[in-house]
Amino acid sequence: MSEPQADVTVVKSPVYLKYRFTAGSAPARFLGRLKEGVLTGQRCPRCSNVYIPARGSCPACGVPTEKEVVLSDKGTVQSFTIVSIPIPGNPIEPPYIVANIVPDGANISFIHLLSECVNEEVHIGQRVQALWKPAAEWGYSMDNIRYFRPLDEPDVAVDRIGKLPVTGLES
Amino acid sequence: MAAAELLSQEFELGFTYTRSTGPVVGKFLTGLRDGKVYGVRGSDGRVLVPPAEYDPVTAAPLTDFVEVGQEGRLLSWCWVSEPREAHLLQQPFAWAMVQLDGADVPMIHCLEAPSAEAVTTGARVSISWADERQGFITDIRCFTLLQGAAS
Ligand SMILES: [Zn+2]
Repeated sequence: MSEPQADVTVVKSPVYLKYRFTAGSAPARFLGRLKEGVLTGQRCPRCSNVYIPARGSCPACGVPTEKEVVLSDKGTVQSFTIVSIPIPGNPIEPPYIVANIVPDGANISFIHLLSECVNEEVHIGQRVQALWKPAAEWGYSMDNIRYFRPLDEPDVAVDRIGKLPVTGLES
Repeated sequence: MAAAELLSQEFELGFTYTRSTGPVVGKFLTGLRDGKVYGVRGSDGRVLVPPAEYDPVTAAPLTDFVEVGQEGRLLSWCWVSEPREAHLLQQPFAWAMVQLDGADVPMIHCLEAPSAEAVTTGARVSISWADERQGFITDIRCFTLLQGAAS
């Protein structure tokens, strides 16, 4: 006889979703320029909004977007969260900051890390800039940017976040 | 504009859930691990397998566990001719509604059979236990057809 075992109180029930992502032409062009260390968006011919990463159409107008525009690697914090709980499989040690960042020249944000900052002092409207990995490590990935870090520039007023030109505050 | 490279990449998204069973499902899974099947008796006297946590009629908590048989009757089934990677059986099989002896409702599991032609509604079936049991529904490897007359 084997020794008696404790009652079952938990079950492991993981869910694994397997994908094959194929980039369409717009994301492929975005990723191609990203591999060269350049952030690009696409401008809608109707409403002029600039989207990053571009999907090839404007979700507001429903028209194709074909015109690539080069964006700055400087941007503005539109929103952020301080992550305090470790996520399985994620090597980054909490607490760290995940931020929605609008790059200058674009009208919508993407999500990336914010570091080299005092977490408690991070705020909406804060100016930040990408810290890129060495060019030899660049691939088709936003990981080419190690993280964003604070920039010594004045804050952007909330109603101007997502509306700065590619030249940023200099205009 | 230059033709872009075709970029394609496989990736896997995993949700590594661990769930608490609660006492009723825990009792059922503990039973499976020990090679037994438990149901629970409801307020109307019916034996529910797998056990329900609350009475389907009165909504009162249920605690009157009943061990049921390891053979039963095939109430309905659906043949899967092309099993997918996630299925328990990699040969063609049937999803089966099996009412175990002593139970008043059927439970769903896989039925191993040589072909769809070998399966008939009303057939007698038996639990085939997994070689190693851990307290999970897959401790029942599948059901198998019992030879002999349908009940
Ligand atoms: Zn538009």
